[in-house]
Parts: sequence; C-alpha cells; structure tokens
Amino acid sequence: MTDTRVTTTSAEDAATSAGTRQPASALTVDRLSVRFLLGRKGKAGVVHAATDVSLRLRRGRVLALVGESGCGKSVLTSALLGLLPANAQTRGRALLHGPGDDLDLCTAPERSMSRQVRGRRIGLVPQSAASHLTPVRTARAQLAETVRQLRGTTLRGTTLRGAASRGDVDGLAERAGLSPAALDAYPHELSGGMAQRVGFALALAGEPDVLLADEPTTGLDRVLVDHVTDGLAAAAAEGTAVLLITHDLAAARRVADDAAVMYAGRIVEAGPAGEVFADPWHPYTRGLLGALPDGGFEPIPGHPPELTDVPGGCAFCARVPDPPGPPCNGDPEPVAVGGRLIAGHVPC
Amino acid sequence: MLSATDLVVGYRRGRPVLDGVDIELHPGATVGLAGPSGCGKSTLAAVLALLLEPWSGSVTLDGRPVRRFRHRVSAAERTSIGVVFQQPRLAVDPRWTLDAVVRAPLVASKRRDDGIVAELTEAVGLTRELLGRRPHEVSDGQLQRACLARALVLRPRYLICDEMTSMVDASTTALLVHLVRSVAAAGTGVLAVSHDDALLDAWADDVVRWR
Repeated sequence: MTDTRVTTTSAEDAATSAGTRQPASALTVDRLSVRFLLGRKGKAGVVHAATDVSLRLRRGRVLALVGESGCGKSVLTSALLGLLPANAQTRGRALLHGPGDDLDLCTAPERSMSRQVRGRRIGLVPQSAASHLTPVRTARAQLAETVRQLRGTTLRGTTLRGAASRGDVDGLAERAGLSPAALDAYPHELSGGMAQRVGFALALAGEPDVLLADEPTTGLDRVLVDHVTDGLAAAAAEGTAVLLITHDLAAARRVADDAAVMYAGRIVEAGPAGEVFADPWHPYTRGLLGALPDGGFEPIPGHPPELTDVPGGCAFCARVPDPPGPPCNGDPEPVAVGGRLIAGHVPC
Repeated sequence: MLSATDLVVGYRRGRPVLDGVDIELHPGATVGLAGPSGCGKSTLAAVLALLLEPWSGSVTLDGRPVRRFRHRVSAAERTSIGVVFQQPRLAVDPRWTLDAVVRAPLVASKRRDDGIVAELTEAVGLTRELLGRRPHEVSDGQLQRACLARALVLRPRYLICDEMTSMVDASTTALLVHLVRSVAAAGTGVLAVSHDDALLDAWADDVVRWR
C-alpha cells in the first residue's frame, strides 16, 4: 500500500503544537468515560462502556475507530449525539468546535442538541440504514422532508420551511453515490447498499461539519463497502471531519487517515492509519490484523472482558498473558511515542 | 447429500431469480458461494434450508425428494438442516435470554440436552453471564455466536450459513468459521454464502462464484 499522505503528527501532537499547519479540529473528545448503571442505582453492576477516550476529529480527515464487537465503539456515537439512555453517566468532555464558542456535547441541553447539533452540525450514517427508513414512504419523500426541516430558517421560534427543490434532493443523492432515479423507490425495493446510500444522503442533508459513521458498511458486499467508504473520503475531501466506527479493518485501511484501536472501552493504540496498520505496536492490533483471512485467519484467543468487569491494568494482557513483542508495563493509559499513541506495550 | 437440481425460483411471476441452478452439498465438505448483492445467493440458501419453495426443479435430502417447504416441512427434514442467517437480531426472539435462544430447537423437538448446549456455548465463547442476557444487552457478534450454537444444537447433517459473518468482527469471524470447519470435519455438509472472496478461499473446500 503506497501512502502518499503527509501524516507526521498524531492527533494529540496537534493539540499541543497549535502553531503548526494542521487541519482545524472539528471535534475534540477529551478523556470521555461512559458508564451504564444496571438495576436500581447500579446495584446490578456498572458497564464500563468507554473509559478515558480521547480523540480528535479534524476537518478533511477520516479517523477510523476499530475494535471487536462489544468493545464500546458505538457508545461513542450515542454520547456525541446526546442519545445515551437515562442510566448512563458520563465524565470528561466532547467539545464541538464552532465558529463562535465550543459546545460540550456531554453537558449541552437537549434543546441545543436537537435544534443545532443532531443532523445540522453532526450527521450520523447509521448501521443498517434500511431499518432507519420509514417503510411506507419513498426515499425521495424522506430526503425532501429532512432537507426542509434542516434547511428551514427559524424566525421567532417558528420554522419557515423552505421548499426542497428536486435539484437539491437529486444533488444530495448524487453526492451519496445514488442515482436520483432510485430515490423514487420505497425502502423495501432498495438493496442494502442503496439503502445505506440513502442513509448517507440523509446525513449529508444538513451540511454537517462532522460525520459519524457507525458501522456503515456492515452487511454490504465488498464493492458496496468500497462505494460507502469512498463516499466518506469524498465528504472528508470537501472539508468534513469523519469518524468511521468499524470492525471492518479492510474498509478502515482503505480510507482512514488516522486510526484508533479500542479494546475494553479504552483506546489502546492510535496514530496515522498507514503506520498503525503496517506496523502495529499493540498486540491487540496485531491480533485483529492476524484474524483477517489474508492475515493468518487466527482468532484472538480468549474473549474480550465483560464491560461490567474490566480488569485493571492492561486489559489485553488479562486475556492473552505475555503476548509476543515488547513487555507490557501494565499502564492502561496511552502515551505518545514518535507521533503515535500506545498503551502498555511501548516499543523498545 | 443435500442437493438441488435445475432450480427455478423467484419472488415475482415471470422474473426468476435463479433459473436452472444445480448444487450439491456432501457430508463433511464445505461449498462456498460467492457473488455480489442481489445475485440470488440468499435465495439459493433459503431453498436449501427448505424455507422457500422452488417454482420448479427438485431438492433431495439424503436420497429422498423434499416435497414440502416452509412450515410444512417434516420435523425429521427440518432438524437435519441448520441455518445461520446474516442478521442475528432479526433471527431471535428479543424477549428470550441467549440461553433460551440456544435451547429453543431442543425444546421445540422435545429432545433432552445431553451436554451439547454446554459444549457449543463453550465453543462459541458464550459465558454463563452472557447466556443470561437478552439480545438487546449483547453485541451483534455475541448474538451471532448464540445463533450458530442454536443452529448446531440438534447436530444437523447440513448447515447453511447465509452471510453468517457479515455483521461480526474479524476475530469473531475467525472463531465462528473455525467452529464450522470443525463441525464439517466431523461430517456435516456446509454451504457458506458470502460476498467476501478472501474469506471463502480460507473457509471452503470449493467456491462457486456467481456474477
């Protein structure tokens, strides 16, 4: 894989060297932790869904967040969109950088989230978009309604709904890689790939600064996966900051500029995607790549820990003791080494 | 052997999805079926799972022609073929615990658990704690593990895997496929449907590629 991108500094370095030429940050997740209390007041257990997650989404770049099912990746989208259930507790911050001031998505009132953030400043490309579409209306009707709602201007509390021209809607479809003719179909007439592109068009309707794509390629065949990931790359090329949450390492390798690997709710390794995938430092990253059919096809031994019972120290060493590579120092907190972040298994 | 000969099948009159298709599943062998979305892979899987009646052509199970499909399939035929679907969430009752999901075929066929449940749940890596949860409390990958255990709990002679791994991560994929391979090595005939060529090359003995 030839990597012609200039990827010399990690996301974290960008935070400290503000003077250097870096794409502007659109969203900064700063030591975000999400807990779910089970039972009454957490007496039945606490799910440690995300622990001290720090990420930086920059305009024009795709950050891939990879990890196994159930590692806590998807809870981030809920947290960033203010859609966590009532039994969730968050700590840390998630700052959405705006032209004026920054908005902390963890503490913003529901009113701001629903009127300014969801769909407008942050677009969501959901998993299995087909199940998010209304079955009794055409894709065009749903897309036009979304455009009307999002682009309508608010005047003294009332929304003046602008008419969505046919051209607007067709243009969105084309940006999402969908033929405008397909918009006249009902959801059940669309293939999974076409439905996914409708979902993508819906996410683009509000011209968001940030796109969150939560497993957008699940269930699609390789050609459609490539279409969807290329669509995300195109959105990034237009200046959007993209977070691609996926367990599909092949898709991540294809489009990501930056990569972060999550295990048991924590980021264990992060850095420029080309470097992380070509030369993984963390044994978990190596295990994920080694589980691919063309990487050895060996499952990682054992199982990810229950998020109700995450071991202290390096959670991966609790699953696979003494993995090959440099010894683990037991620290779950990632440290910066040569423009990358690595937890526990710092290379010599 | 589970075989289909000269199948013609579709969903709308005059527009067959499969037209004149033949396939054979032999005990102990894995046939891979690859092709893009919409080419009819899942339709063939549904016919071989006896869940869809072909317009014409014949389906033969261990030498006997299958005459009835869907809910009219005999219990003996039904229980000799296991199926794993693409989307585990659509394939389980959301009110049941994973343990109940895995045991459901035993209960439905009034068979006793001779230790197979423990053996399979161990093999797919579902802990006791996970087995006590309901579908909304587990990930797609964990749910698909339960679905594979459920498909194998009656020790079927044939197993149909329709995009079994497309919702799950690479490590879970490798684990599930290794288990299916060991089941095949013990004599089960497997149809592995996937759009992932690299996966089928690593999984199946023979791969049929459709356009």
